[in-house]
Order: sequence, then structure tokens, then C-alpha cells
Amino acid sequence: MAKTILAVDDSASIRQMVAFTLKGAGYEVIQAVDGQDALDKANYHQVNLVLTDINMPRMDGLKLLELLRKLAHYKNIPILILTTESGDEIKAKGRAAGATGWLVKPFDPKRLLEVIGKVIG
Amino acid sequence: MSQEQAAITTSNPVNPHTNQMANEFLTFRLGSEEYGIEILKVQEIRGYDAITQIANAPEFIKGVVNLRGIIVPIIDMRIKFQLGSATYDQFTVVIILNVAGRVMGIVVDGVSDVITLGLEQMRPAPGLGSVIDTEYIMGLGTVDERMLILIDIEKMMSSSDMGLIEQTVN
Amino acid sequence: MSTDLEQFYEIFFEESSELLADMEACLLRLDVNSPDLEDLNAIFRAAHSIKGGAGTFGFTDMTEMTHMLETLLDRLRKGELAVRSEMVDAFLRAGDVIKAQLAGHRGEGEADPAVAAEVCEELKKLSDETQVPAPSETVADSGIGMKAIPVETDIGVSSNVAISEAVSERDVAKLTFRIEFSSSGMGDAAVENLFANLKRLGSLGDITSVGGKDHKLKLTTASNEEDVWETLAFVVDPANLKIEVATQCVVEPHSSDEDSAAEPFAGEDEFSIASMPPAPGYGFFPGAPAAPKDFDDSESQLSSTPQQNIHGNKNETQNVTNKPSSKVSASASASETSSIRVSIEKVDQMINLVGELVITQAMLAQTASQLDPVVFEKLLSGMSQLERNTRDLQESVMSIRMMPISFVFSRYPRVVRDLAAKLNKRVELKTVGENTELDKGLIEKIADPLTHLVRNSLDHGIEVAEKRIAAGKPAQGTITLRAFHQGGSIVIEVSDDGAGLNRGKILAKAKERGLPVSDGMSDQEVWLLIFEAGFSTADIVTDVSGRGVGMDVVKRNIQSMGGRIDIESALGVGTRISIRLPLTLAILDGLSVAVGDQMFIVPLNYIIESMQPTANDIKTVSGHGRVVQVRGEYLPVIALHEVFNLHPNVTAVHEGILVILEAEGHKAALFVDDLIGQHQVVIKSLESNYRRVQGVSGATIMGDGKVALILDTAALVLACQQEMV
Repeated sequence: MAKTILAVDDSASIRQMVAFTLKGAGYEVIQAVDGQDALDKANYHQVNLVLTDINMPRMDGLKLLELLRKLAHYKNIPILILTTESGDEIKAKGRAAGATGWLVKPFDPKRLLEVIGKVIG
Repeated sequence: MSQEQAAITTSNPVNPHTNQMANEFLTFRLGSEEYGIEILKVQEIRGYDAITQIANAPEFIKGVVNLRGIIVPIIDMRIKFQLGSATYDQFTVVIILNVAGRVMGIVVDGVSDVITLGLEQMRPAPGLGSVIDTEYIMGLGTVDERMLILIDIEKMMSSSDMGLIEQTVN
Repeated sequence: MSTDLEQFYEIFFEESSELLADMEACLLRLDVNSPDLEDLNAIFRAAHSIKGGAGTFGFTDMTEMTHMLETLLDRLRKGELAVRSEMVDAFLRAGDVIKAQLAGHRGEGEADPAVAAEVCEELKKLSDETQVPAPSETVADSGIGMKAIPVETDIGVSSNVAISEAVSERDVAKLTFRIEFSSSGMGDAAVENLFANLKRLGSLGDITSVGGKDHKLKLTTASNEEDVWETLAFVVDPANLKIEVATQCVVEPHSSDEDSAAEPFAGEDEFSIASMPPAPGYGFFPGAPAAPKDFDDSESQLSSTPQQNIHGNKNETQNVTNKPSSKVSASASASETSSIRVSIEKVDQMINLVGELVITQAMLAQTASQLDPVVFEKLLSGMSQLERNTRDLQESVMSIRMMPISFVFSRYPRVVRDLAAKLNKRVELKTVGENTELDKGLIEKIADPLTHLVRNSLDHGIEVAEKRIAAGKPAQGTITLRAFHQGGSIVIEVSDDGAGLNRGKILAKAKERGLPVSDGMSDQEVWLLIFEAGFSTADIVTDVSGRGVGMDVVKRNIQSMGGRIDIESALGVGTRISIRLPLTLAILDGLSVAVGDQMFIVPLNYIIESMQPTANDIKTVSGHGRVVQVRGEYLPVIALHEVFNLHPNVTAVHEGILVILEAEGHKAALFVDDLIGQHQVVIKSLESNYRRVQGVSGATIMGDGKVALILDTAALVLACQQEMV
């Protein structure tokens, strides 16, 4: 069965490009437009990996991470955060909130698949 | 029309695209002749509807009709081929064509059938006089004793002398 | 990858345009003296999102500009700098540059790199300023909600570690944080100082040092995570710092076994501080859940976790697990954001199909009406049900193309702001009815004419402050944009409380221009003169409204959209210009007329009146042209059967009907056999399968399924005008 990825980003172009790249590699993709939306969707779906932006309206990625880690079925799944190139601070915050790893934006589709491959193969 | 005559006319070879394999043609009557057009260009066949005239159009353009919400021009082939004007009654048939991305209807005397022509049944067209420009004739087809004039309907309808499509002026 | 990227360009362009518009709206409402943190965050987010997309798509010019924006905005929202009005100006100009860059990438023009460089430089200068706002005043009063108080400290770069002041005041639950950090590279005094600062936040416990430099500690405090983070992050290298919430004590703090339940990281023994993996572009946090094996060798992590382990945090857990049961709130919040982008062609195809359905339904209804209502009772009740459903369906399908007029209105605060500054006038812009919807196609077309009217009101309508005060009016003028639905139309009004139109002045000017005017003209007719070509009554020609060029264009544009303009004005009180438009481009209000057996549609917005003339009203000019006398004016007669070579039922003008038309300032009388009725018709293209026809702008399908041509009224009137000359 295809692995499912929850892609969270408030930017439609980035989100759809991520989805496009992942679908092209055979993953199922659920898209969410912000943390709140992602959390709502996480409640109804079990995914194999979450890929989230940090800076989003309504609920940011850090809060999402924190709350996802409190859900039984999200406690141990990989969650990757998208950060900007100068985001040491965000990386550390993401880590504190329970992120599995980080990925720099602007992302390159090949690298995205490489990273995801490492985590959920 | 003899075999020799057909053989001499080399300027109108059978369209190479139609040469590849057997083709299906819809045949229709117009005056005393029988014509064939590629079935792939035919969208549907309808009766003759109430028509709305278009001002200052060529005589063979009868006007436009409503075909499920799109406005479709109707061409009277009798007038186009100078065979006198047709009488319009409940037996008049309109063949709706889809050529070059456009939908249009042609009025003919009657539709006969759909026939498949093998390569051996098609030959180049000889000059037919001024009624139809040989440019628009793909060739002649023979089925038993019948002779069909195979029209390149797409080429004909897209030509400037039909006036159906706005010609771009540079 | 570039070809794959291209399909997302359009999404990115649209998204960026929307973000820029949001950003501008936020900037315009930003009060420099007390900036709303939410607005600053929203502006930052917009810049950030554009930057992310631009970077991904390789639009480096946009990346640079948004990066500069982001840098300055980040300092602002963190309270490191105070917002000043020149920053807002710089942001607005940066927004313009990005807009131009965006247009450049869309292939619609080119951005000027010199302007971009200049704005970049300015942003850089502004964000490089080291000035730190007087903490307790600027930041606290700015509504940012966090008081920064200077903490005396001799370590690190910062002299104003922000600590929530509310430690004792705020009545919030206390949190226990698990903090792990490395003090490598720090002096002993600095470490000591850090601990002192942490103690100030709350009670510190469980301090263990691993190998002297690695520290693990527990901090129970009322401060939030952000504050704890800030306290540490200024001193400790963030890469070597980890903070996590252990518990939130609601009623009473729980024992330590609960702490371990909430522990998302690997077992404590395995925990070690490691710097970020050097791999470019990504990395994993050692010990984090589900981190790949190469990075994390703790195996137990991927095994399933028993259900009862998850009760670490009562408040939050309840919040989260309650969500699925409260479906209402979940679906409500989803509907706020879930939307799909559909190509306009698909929507139009749907509109066409529904238009068909409406016609088919009308035909069926007509046939069914001849049936015996007793025998066919069920069929007829089904028919009326079908009619209702069809109408509802048509309405909702049409609504897909509808957009709120706020898409247009939102650009005017900026227009008014810039222009008022230029003219040295004080103006307030009010908008009413921003949610009124109209067709997307019309939205795009109405923007320019409306801009012109707004500028005109500001330039010619609103007086300078001194004049207003002298006239007993408030120094600040008001321009109001209002939109509302009326019948099948949308009405958009531009009104001002300015000087009003001067009847005498307009008439004098019109006479000077040789326009046909008389003193007996109604006010309404006089006002409409301002839409004549080359008409301007401003005493001083400004570079704003120009030399009267444009108002005639405004009228022409609006007419071509099927709309009409009305003016009301009172001297010294103000002027109101109303534009009435059909709700959609696809529908037209028309009058059907008959010539012989053919029917034509005349767009209603060009019709002044229709009349049956007497034989005496008709005069023949030099053999062929005919004119008709209407209220003292001689109008050329256009016989439709002559234009279209038809066989009319009547050939004598006085036996038929004249429809008086007006287009682009010229009037003419259209001679037809008869009037049939007024309809709303769906406009269909003649050109998709045929070609353009002189004198015809399109076609429509009438209730009986027949095609009727829609007259190109403006072309007919102008053609006849040229013949007359």
C-alpha cells in the first residue's frame, strides 16, 4: 500500500508542488493549509509522515508538532519541518517540539524525495 | 471515366494519409452524384431546424442554428456545388461536421450509408470540371457499380472561399 | 525539473498577487503609533511566503526583495525596532516593486532593476538601524503584549532579554520544562548568570551536569516556552539547546512517571547533544521519533505505544481528542479554508450547459402547458419541480464566477493615500458593501474606470482644507465607495462631499466647445456632459486628472460592459456618480425587435426610448438618407432591413417602430417592424464556429430554441454617423 504523507503549507504553490513531487514518487498525499487544518486532518487519517512549514496563519508548525506528538497515532511517526536557510533558531525550536528532522526551503524535489526515502523508505 | 484517364492525372495523387489503411466514409446524395466524407469528421446527423439568417453572408450559408446551446453555421451544399436550390422539408438532412475544431452543418439531399473502402477501391480523382475544385477531392471510390466522390471536407471547409473562418490579415 | 515547475507558476503568480494585496491592506491600516502585532505578523508571513515560492521557482529578484522586507519586518514584529511611517512607505514601495517583478515573470512588462535596488537599499538602511526602542514605552504600548524589561547581565550579546513580566500577575497554569543544553564555549560566570536568570523565571530542579558542560534541568514556571527559550537562546548556542514541555500542571503537579510518558525523545541515557548533521539542506535530530536508523540507533522507538501512555497533558490531550467528536467545529473550520482552483473554461462550460438546460426546460414546459392538467397531473407537478430545480441550479452555477467587489475596492485606499498626499488634501475613503458580488470578468474591467472616477472625485470634487473650513465643512473630505445589488444589476457609487458640479460653468464650457447645449437642459443632461470627449472644467489642469482625457473613456468602457452611468450633484454639497452594471458578462438585458420573420436583440443600455413616428416627422435628405425629428433634434434613421438585406413587413417608417439609440455621444433611430419584448438573454459566441458579422456582437437562444442575433449597437450608430458626414 502506498505510504501517505501529510503536507502542510499555507502557500498553495509550494504545497501543490510538494504534493506533485510526492505523488510522482508514488506516495499518497493529504494537503493541509495550516496547522489547524493539519491537526483536523490528522485526527481522521493515519499518515506515515508529516511534512510541515513553520510560519503559517491560525496555527504554526511548531504548535502543530507539539500537538501532534500528543496524539497516540502520531507520537512516533516522522515529522519533518521546512525551514529557511538561516533557521538555526527554528531548527532548535522544531527539535524541542519533537521534530524528526528538517529540510531547507526553497526545496529541491530530488532532495525532498531523498530525505523522505531515508525516513520512510 | 476510363482507367487510362485516371492514370494520366498524376497531379492529384490519393492523399497519402488515407493511403495507410481502409477508411470509413459516410455517403450522401447531392443531385445525381454520390459523395463520401470521412466518418471521423461527422459528429451527428439531424433534420433541418428553424434557421436564423446571417446578413451579408454568401448565398450558400443559410444561417445559424442552435445545436444544444452552441451556434452552428449551416451550409447548403447544393448551392455551393451549383446544383440549384434545395427544397427544405421534413426529409432534408443536415450532417453536423466537426472539422478543424469547429462545428458546422451541411445540408444534403439524403444520407445513404457508411461504407468501408479498401485501398484498391480508391483512386486519384480526375479533373471534374468547375463544380468542385479538385483541390478538395481526395479521390474516387468504387463500391460495386457505385462511384463515390470522396471530399476532403476539412480542407474545403477551412478554405478562404467558404468564408467560414476569419482569414487573418497581416 | 523546470518543466515540472512551470505548471505551478500560475498558482504561484495568483497566490503572490493575493498575498501582495493582503500585505498592502495590512500596511494601509497599520497605525504607526500602535502597530497591531497580528498585522505585523501577517505582513511578515506574506513576505515570507512569497520569498519561499520565489526561491523555489528561481525568481531571484523577488527573493532578494522579499528577503529585505522579511529582515526588517522580523525586527519590527520582535519589537527590536519601532515602526515608523517611512518604513510603511518603504514597504509599500517594495510591494510595488514585487508586483512589477511578478508581472515581469508573467510576461506582462518589466520591472525596473534600478528602482528595486533603490528600495532594497532603503530597506537595508532601515533594518540596519541599531536603535532599540525605549522598551517599556514603544513596545508595551504598541500592543505587542509582551513587556521587554532590561535584565542586568554581563553576558552575551543581549542587553534586553525579554522576560514575561506576568510571572506573578498572570493566573496561568505552571509548566514544567525539561531543558538540556551544552555550555561549551561559555565562561563559568556566564553559566552561573544563566542559572540565576532561569531561577528568576520559576523554580529550578533536577540539575545534572554531564561531563561538566552538558546540563539537564527541570524548570517549573508560569512563563511560557517562548520566554524560557529566549532566556536561554541569547546565551546558549541554539543548536545545542533543547527545551520541551514536561507537564502542564492544572490542578496539581503529577509525579515523575507522567513525565516519562510525555517524553517524545529517545531514552535519556542515549541523549547527547550533537550539532546538526552536516548534510546540505536537511538533517535529522538524533533521538527524535522515527529518525532514520543511520542517525538514531534506538530501536524501541518505532514499536507501537500503548494507549494509556498518552495522558501526559490533560488540557491539551483533551483538546485534541475532543476534536473528532465535535464534528461541527472541525468541519466549520475546514470550510473556512478549503477551496479549489478551477479553470474559468470549466466554469464557463458548466454555465453554458446549465443555460442549455434552462432552454430545454422552457421548451418542455411550453409543450406540457398544452396538456390536460387533470390527466397529466403528475407530469405537470414534476415539470414545476424541474423548473424550480433548474432555476436554483442556474443561480448557483452563475455564482461560481462571482467575486466580491472588495477585490477592486481594496486597491483604492492606496490610490487615495498617494493622491491625497500629492494634492495636499485631507481625504478619508469609506467603502460600503464590499461583499457585493459580481462577475469575475466585470471585476477585471471595472477597476480602471472606477480608479478614474475616484481620482476625479479627489482632484476635482474634494476641496483643499482651507476652502472646506471656509465653507463650514470638516477639513477632511470623504469619498465613499458603495456597492449594492438592485434587481438584476449591481450598482457601484462613487460619492464625495466636495464642491459639487457647477451647472453654469459646465454649460459655458460646453458652449465654448461647440457641444449642442441649451439652457433648458435638465441637470442630469448637463452633468452627463462631463463624460463628453475633451471636456474638463478644472481651472488648473493637473497631472492627476489630466486634460479631461479619460472621462469619455470611462463612459465608453462602462457602456461596453453593458452598463450605464448616472450623476447626481449639488453645488457645495457633493457629487454622486453611479454605475449600473449587469451582474455578469454572460447575460444581457435586451429588447427583442422583429424585422420580417427574423428577430434581433438590441442591448437595453443603448436604448433611450422607442416611438412610433408620424409621417411628418420623417425627412428625406438628398435622396437616400432619412432623418427623424425627435424633440427638435434630427436623428439619422437606420433601417435594419436595409443593413441586413431582409424582407420587412413594413417599409414606410411611420408604419413601423423607431428605437432611439445612443452610443458614444451619437444618437440614431433604428427602424424595425415591431417590438416584441424585453428579455434577459444569455450571450453566445457566433465566432466560435463561424466568423465575425458586421453589425452583430453575438447571438442568443430564445425560449423557443431559435437563434436570435444581438445587434452591435455602437457599430451601427457609428457606421451611420460616418455615412452622414
